[in-house]
Amino acid sequence: MTLLVAEGLSKRYAAGRGVTALNGVSLHLSPGETLGLAGASGSGKSTLARVLTRLVAPDAGSVRFDGEDWLALSDAPLRRRRARMQMVFQDVLGAFNPRATVASALEDPLRIHAVVPKGERAPEVAALLDRVGLPADYAGRSIREVSGGERQRIAIARAIATRPALIVLDEAVSALDVSVREKILELLVTLQEERGIAYLFVSHDLSVLAAVAHRIAVMEAGRIVETGPTSRVIAAPQSPATRALVRAVPRLVIE
Amino acid sequence: MTALCEIRGLSVAYPGASMPALDGVDLDIRAGERLAIIGESGSGKSTLARALAGLLPEGARVAGDMRWAGGEPPQPGRDLGFVFQDPAASLNPVLTIGEQVAEGARRHLGLSRRQALSLAVEMLEKVRLPDPGKVAKAFPHQLSGGQRQRVAIAAALSAKPGMLIADEATSALDMVVQAEIVALLDDLVRAAGMTLLFITHDVALASGFADRVAIFRRGALVETGPTRTVLAAPAAAYTKTLIASHRDLATPPLIREAAP
Amino acid sequence: MTTMWRLLATPEGAIGLALLVCVALVALFAPVLSPGDPLRIAGRALTTPFSDAAFPLGTDRLGRDVLAGLIHGARASLAVGLAAAAAALAMGLCVGLAAGFAGGLLDEALMRVVDAFQIVPGFLLALAFVSVVGPSVPVVVLAIALGAWADPARLTRAQVLSVRERDYVAAAQVAGMHPVEIAVREILPNVLPPVLALSAIIVAAAILTEAALSFLGLGDPNVVTWGSMIAEGRNVLRSSPWLSIFPGIALVVTVVGVYLLGEGLTRVLSGRRAAA
Repeated sequence: MTLLVAEGLSKRYAAGRGVTALNGVSLHLSPGETLGLAGASGSGKSTLARVLTRLVAPDAGSVRFDGEDWLALSDAPLRRRRARMQMVFQDVLGAFNPRATVASALEDPLRIHAVVPKGERAPEVAALLDRVGLPADYAGRSIREVSGGERQRIAIARAIATRPALIVLDEAVSALDVSVREKILELLVTLQEERGIAYLFVSHDLSVLAAVAHRIAVMEAGRIVETGPTSRVIAAPQSPATRALVRAVPRLVIE
Repeated sequence: MTALCEIRGLSVAYPGASMPALDGVDLDIRAGERLAIIGESGSGKSTLARALAGLLPEGARVAGDMRWAGGEPPQPGRDLGFVFQDPAASLNPVLTIGEQVAEGARRHLGLSRRQALSLAVEMLEKVRLPDPGKVAKAFPHQLSGGQRQRVAIAAALSAKPGMLIADEATSALDMVVQAEIVALLDDLVRAAGMTLLFITHDVALASGFADRVAIFRRGALVETGPTRTVLAAPAAAYTKTLIASHRDLATPPLIREAAP
Repeated sequence: MTTMWRLLATPEGAIGLALLVCVALVALFAPVLSPGDPLRIAGRALTTPFSDAAFPLGTDRLGRDVLAGLIHGARASLAVGLAAAAAALAMGLCVGLAAGFAGGLLDEALMRVVDAFQIVPGFLLALAFVSVVGPSVPVVVLAIALGAWADPARLTRAQVLSVRERDYVAAAQVAGMHPVEIAVREILPNVLPPVLALSAIIVAAAILTEAALSFLGLGDPNVVTWGSMIAEGRNVLRSSPWLSIFPGIALVVTVVGVYLLGEGLTRVLSGRRAAA
């Protein structure tokens, strides 16, 4: 039973000469699986992430999510179903309202989707913080007082608050220090094993995808040019785009 | 190799900050070498770059010494080129590419406008931009991030400085472009016999081309030495941690391979 | 509240606030400080200032007390200035928010209206309006607001367009937040700071515009304002310059106070955003 099936997604931005961001993209995702979406900048992977999370409307194509026609939903029914698909962004600071506190950022999704009754929100916030490895007293802090890696943990806590089936991660670790990155990736994998959440992990860094993705789809100029199990795609890349991505990963040169 | 700059006891504190950004740094920069300054955020690596280039903000308190070989500190543009992290922010959106690249040559080499513009086109070709004549007439917003960074490098090198500082010059670019830019920098610097100071958070990236590395942590210099030596046999615990947390395609994955 | 403390820490903010608090207190306690109608004939005409203890700042051509006029004039100037600025900001915010959120045809239409109002110099617009409709306090307030609302409208719209693109607004959408809640809780509070910083300039300009209108005889004739006092003094400028100078100084002090407060606010607000 597939969780997400996208077929023939296309999107063209009309500004200036017109850029085709997506050109007939199809993919599928099973529950609890991580699909890595790799590609250089401009390949369309961020646009695909935004189309799937309904932040941007495609010009053509269909998406079935959780057994429903995902693109046909709108207004209140869409807002309700959004609990099942959440997102973690690249910009760790910009992803939060500058005036937010940690507690308010985590309470918003709990409140919107009535995940727990009002009285249990505070303990649920504490439980979420604990789950992502942060002390409960962080709840009162302003978002700006928290470090980059910690903010990304809060972003992950916010994403799992509504018990989603799928989380789209758009370059979620690209802006983090290397040591912090590793911890966040470990957290994501653990959460996936515990809760069976599927991930669509967008990244231009194949080494990140090699760590967490079961399958990889490589994008170039708005199309998916290669798909397959992670180990195969990396060991035996078929398309030039994939080969360029493989070559681009810096290797520690120690003689 | 002669020392281009001897840094002794350099300390920098920003106004309003409780901790110093740099604390008593002793480091030699040798002429003609490619030195990688490696550290995570808050390590002080960018502060060091800016201190060398004289780009610290007003109010920053500086202590210690930077003794330059020529006696005088290098003049930005003429003796020193600087490439910033964000190519979108370091290029002026209302000037053409050609004008911006030519500026350094006009000011420091005393070239006429026409001579400088033709030098600019040459520089754009050197940084491997296709159709340099056309690019010279374009504006920054018409180029991609990687192309803009090539322009920034061309602009930094237009007055033929002896030293180039690249402050996280590839951190805002995707992997593929990053590899190209690093290769470009390496070739340009070697061909011109320039000194390169490459600031980065990526140990592996630096290991591919740097002669020496200097590891920074929280404002202090932790370890320095030839790249091979430091990476093969790191003396400091932090260096070992940095190397251990590096992840490439050969590192075992975090997931169990079989998809559910 | 911490903003208030930081404001007081800046020299501009501290001085500006001090000046304005003085003026505001004078305006507030005008009936106590100077009981009676300031426009009544209180004593001999044209007494020089500092000569008579009963009239410390002298009297005008009709024998009206200058100090009383200054004190009561503070009320008019501040009240009209603040009311006009509030009206201009309210109008500007509404139009800017509507244009920024709606986009498309409504945005275009509203911006052309804003263009029209921005092209006409604010003072001339106010002048024309009062001349046509007739001088009274509400009309003066509306006239000044008409000349001043276009700038906040444009700034608000620009802020809305910018804030809408931020990731946290996208995050709110993905979380399933209702669009109205997104507008009110995520976008609006982050749109306001630059617009509020502009408000100080608008208040200062409003106070000056009101004074100018009164000077030209277009203010409410039954209310004493600093502008009307300056106009009064114009007739005897050579022999009794103090009649115009004192209200002039009062205007300068008030406007400088408002301006400094605005500068302090801008410093504090932008400093906070830069640090984030």
